Formats: sequence, C-alpha cells, structure tokens
Amino acid sequence: MRILIIEDDRDAAAYLVKALREAGHSVDHAADGVSGYDLAHEGGYEVAVVDRMLPKMDGLSLISALRAQKNETPVLILSALGQVDDRVKGLRAGGDDYLAKPYAFSELLARVEALARRRPKGAPEETVYRLGDLMLDRLSHKVTRAGEEITLQPREFRLLEYLMQNAGKVVTRTMLLEHVWDYHFDPQTNVIDVHVSRLRAKIDRDFDAPLLHTVRGAGYMIRDGAR
Amino acid sequence: MTALAKLFRATAFKLTLAILGLSALGAGLVLGIVAWQVIKLVDEETKQTIEAEANGLAEQYELGGVRRLDSAIEARSREPGSTLYLLTNSAGEPLAGNISQLPPGVLDHVGFVDTTYEATDASTAGRRALARIFALPGGFHLLVGHDLSDRARIGAVMVRALATSLIFLAGLAALGALFVARRVLRRIDAMNSSARAIMAGDLSQRLPVSGSGDELDRLALGLNEMLARIADLMMGLREVSDNIAHDLRTPLTRLRNHVEEALRQDADPSAYRAALERTIEESDGLIRIFDALLMIARAEAGADRAGMSAFDVGGVVTGVTELYEPVAEEKGFEMTVAVSPGLTMTGNRELIGQAIANLIDNALKYGAANLGRGGRVHVVARREGSQIVIEVADHGSGISNADRQRVFDRFVRLEGARSRPGSGLGLSLAAAVARLHGGTVRLEDNAPGLKVVVTLPARDPALAPPPAQAQAAE
Repeated sequence: MRILIIEDDRDAAAYLVKALREAGHSVDHAADGVSGYDLAHEGGYEVAVVDRMLPKMDGLSLISALRAQKNETPVLILSALGQVDDRVKGLRAGGDDYLAKPYAFSELLARVEALARRRPKGAPEETVYRLGDLMLDRLSHKVTRAGEEITLQPREFRLLEYLMQNAGKVVTRTMLLEHVWDYHFDPQTNVIDVHVSRLRAKIDRDFDAPLLHTVRGAGYMIRDGAR
Repeated sequence: MTALAKLFRATAFKLTLAILGLSALGAGLVLGIVAWQVIKLVDEETKQTIEAEANGLAEQYELGGVRRLDSAIEARSREPGSTLYLLTNSAGEPLAGNISQLPPGVLDHVGFVDTTYEATDASTAGRRALARIFALPGGFHLLVGHDLSDRARIGAVMVRALATSLIFLAGLAALGALFVARRVLRRIDAMNSSARAIMAGDLSQRLPVSGSGDELDRLALGLNEMLARIADLMMGLREVSDNIAHDLRTPLTRLRNHVEEALRQDADPSAYRAALERTIEESDGLIRIFDALLMIARAEAGADRAGMSAFDVGGVVTGVTELYEPVAEEKGFEMTVAVSPGLTMTGNRELIGQAIANLIDNALKYGAANLGRGGRVHVVARREGSQIVIEVADHGSGISNADRQRVFDRFVRLEGARSRPGSGLGLSLAAAVARLHGGTVRLEDNAPGLKVVVTLPARDPALAPPPAQAQAAE
C-alpha cells in the first residue's frame, strides 16, 4: 500500500516511516505542508497521514485544499490536541479519521489500513458478508454459521458487522467504540473486551475453528483460520 | 508630569471650571435683572418729577404768559438740584434755563426724550438727561428735564458688584477645585500604586477603600472582588499543577523504576518484552490521566462551549448504560435503567457521555455490597420542570457525609479505593462537565449506598425551537 506521511517532527516521521515499512507498506514523507500538498496532489497514494500543525501550510488547510481539488485520498489526521472539538474540526475540514498524539502504533496501523480499504464512492455495497462458514446478511439482520442461525442482540450484530467489514485486519477497541457505539470518550474499563467476548461466545464457542481472534496489544481481528 | 500639570488635567479641575462659569452667568443674570428693575423705577420717578415741575410751570404760563414763565424758570434754574429747564423762542434762541447746549433737533421732539446736554455752569460736559419738550404758542419751546447721572451711578454700582462677586466666586471655586482634585487625585494615586504592587505579583494586595461609599469606593470594591476571584482561580490553578506534579510523578517514578530494573537484570528477551509491555501500559495510564486533566481544565474554562448542539440525553444514558451492561453482568451486578422520553438538551454529547460513563464506572467499581462482589445499580434519567435529572444509584458502602465534598476534588481517592485502579478524576470530570452545561452534581445517601444526582438544564423549546419542528409542520 502506498502511504504518504506529512509530519514536520523528524523523529516522529522517521519512526512512522520505519514502522509502516516494516508492516509492508511503501511510504513517502513530506516535512512541511506545501511539499506535502504537492505530493498528495500528484496522487497515487492510498492513504495520507497528516499532522495538524505543519510549517508553511497547516494540516487542515492542506486537507481542505486537496478536497477542493477533488482529491479524495483518505486522510488520517494526527494531532497533539486530543479534544472533542478538535476532532470535529478535523473531520469537518475533510479528514476521514483522527488520532490524537501520543498514539499506539498498532492503533495508527489499524486505522490506516481501515481507511485504505474504504470502498470507492459509488461502488455497490455488499449486502452479505461471508467468512468461512459464517454469514451475515445486512438486510435481513440474519447471522448463520455452518447453516445454523445465531441470534444476536442489535449491538452484537453491529459489532460483528463492523468486524466482518474489516475481515482479516486488526480493529482496535477505540475503533469499535467509535464505529459501533459512536462514542469517542475513554470508557475507563475494558467494556469493549466484554462485548467482544460475548459475541465470541455466540459465534465461536460451539464450533471447532475460531474466527474472532484477539491481537495482543492491538485489538481484534476476524479471519478465516482455515484459509 | 508635574503636580500642577496633573492637577490641571484632573477631571475635578475641569468640573470646577464649568461650575465657575455657570455660577458667574447666574450672578450676572441676577444682578442684571435687579439693575434693570431699579433703572426702570428711577426713570419712572424721574418722569413723575418732570411731570410735577411741568405742571407748576404751566400754572405760571397761564397766569402771565411767556414773560411770567421766563422769570419763573430763571428763578428755578438758580436753585440747586438736578432739574433742567430751557425756554427758547421761535428762532430757537434760549431765553431762560440752565442748559447751554443740546444736540440739534431735540426740541422738535414734543414729548419725553432721552438726550445729552451741557449745563450753563459748564461744570460737566456730555451728561445725559430725560426731558419733556413742550411746544408753546408763538414758536416757543419749553424743556423740562432731569439729569440721569443717578441712573448711571446705579448701573456702575451694579457692574462693580458683579465684578467683585465674580472675583470672590472664582476664588471660592479655585479653592474647591484644589480641595476636590487633591483629594480625588490622592485616592486615585493610592489605587494606582496598589494596582502596580498587584501587577508586580503581590495578589494579596487590595485597592484602598475610604469608607465614604462614593463612586471611587464602589469602583475599588468592584475591582477588589475581581482581584479576589482572580486570586481564587490562581490558587486553584496552583493547586492543580501541584497535584498534577505529584500524581504524575508517582506513576512516572514507577515506570522509570521498572525500566531500570529490567535493564539491571540479565534477563532473557521474553522478560525484556514483558518489561517493555508493562512500560507501554503505564505510559498509556499516564496519558489517560493527562487527557482527563486536560478535559477538566477545558470544561472549567468553558473552552468546549462552541461545540454544543441539541441532543437527546436519554439516548446517551441508555447507550452508555448498555455499553457497560456486560461489564456489570460480569461483575455480578444487576443494572437497571429507566429513561423518560424527550430529554433534549443543548450541550456536548461526548462530554456528557463521558460524565455518565464515569459515574456508572464508579458505581460498578465501588458500589458492590460490602465491597464484595455484585449488587444493584439503578440509572434514571427524567425531567423535573426545566431540569433534566440523571441519577446513578448503587447499594455499596456509600460515601460518608464528611467526604462528600472532598471527593469532587481532583485526585482524591478515599480509603479502600486506593488499592483499585483509577485516577481519582472521574467525579471531578463529571462535576466540571455539569458546570460547563450550567448544571450540578451532588451526592446523596441511597440508604444504603450512594446516589449521584446530576442536574442539567433542559433545552427550552420556546427559547430555541429546533429546526425539526419547522419540517414537521409542513
């Protein structure tokens, strides 16, 4: 995956470039807003990671300028301002996701990969997700595994739906809280873990091959172990 | 600036000048009216005198014609006094009288006339007189008049009185100005020097108050109240930064110790790995504390007020309760929720959600019966008049009356809670969020247990009609 990093802090940028390359991505780096805009404008990147505070052109102006040029490269905003308002401002400027510094690299990686997977605009949405013998029908809200119907609570259904949408990729706890519950605050306790283990009990317990895996230090992933 | 220059620039001085001008005008007006009245009276009396004199002469004329009149005038002219006479023949030549010179043509104006004249004794020149002119048969003219120097003297006296009183007035006003200006200036100078001392860093200083209750005192009192408020805020800020220093120092020290310990030992890679993972965990904890502190500070400063919008609190309460429900169940709690419909308010949904999450999290952490396992937690959201009331009640050991205020302070953790994970910021944050929205958080006895009551102002539909209403009407 081609990723563009626009970050003026030399250490932070070097760390990101190295870590993303280790994760198997091709990474370009720009150290200020103007050169970052030029690179992004040329296109060809699947995701751009943009710091909010940049020399020459700040991150939000850069994103607004890209969007004005009909450049729809998914953008993850990095910011040292982790407050609710700043997040809203960032998304309003045209950012697709927002991550406050300091962040865990696993969180950043998961979000970058989730952004890159986004369906291009106008593409038809899948109505049925399949993973091995697990099937989720988004229209009838029906879930079956090996032909057996599994009854899920509405929230459990949305949890599974989001996991299957990102099948094969790591999904972090905060991503789940944001997408399944629409909250961006700190829940203090391991609330998400308990929800996930409930879901796991319903879809995995009575079957041989587990599908829902815990990725240590990162989050969760649903994948077909058989393949 | 010299003291004199300062005095001249003072408001009191300008005010005094204005007062002086006005009172001078007043005095002039009063004296002018008096002078006018007096002169009118004098003129009136003069006319009566002239009238009487003329009547006397008319009798003489009737008795003996011009000749008799001529000798009567001769006789009267010689008497001392200020009555004037002149008799002229048809050629205009004077026959008798004590006037030697008149402006030409005066004698043609039959009736009263105000004119200058010269007396025959030539003692004075260019005096004024009020006179009555009579035309007698045969071209004779008779003038009977009265000198007007008395009237002029009265006018002069009036002018002198005005000038004298103006001098006294000016003196008095200058003295008053000096007194007021010095007094006011001295007080303002005192206030100024206090202000400078405060600016130099001594926040305990206050502006002097004279006790007279005047405008300057009211100003000083107002400013002093402001200073007290600033001092309070500064104290709070200092306290917070002290607390932050202390409470971040403890986990930072722990983190550093663990890393050092791992370095000291010749451990295998898996032990290093474990140490590093623990380090990350502890730094994450630090970041959470930091975020919570920042959130409290911003809520208290009202910084998030811009991002407020109308939302359904009931939905948030239901959502957050549902989020925690599996945790509650895992911990052996029975959690019930009762939310009334239509609980709309204007606010920051995320902050309110965080506050409710903190309260539920607290209830699940500390609300277990006898600090054991499990219990009941009841969450309520309802409307009471113009208020939205959210209650989170548990049946744990509760919080004693003495501690109920203290637990709202940052980092305060009661005995028995210190051994459990937590930062001591949950209630502080909830209270700060409530305050930001114009609400309150109070603690009540749930007998047994704790009931946390959050009161928030409901959105008044009359004040701000939601745009949805307009759409519904179509």
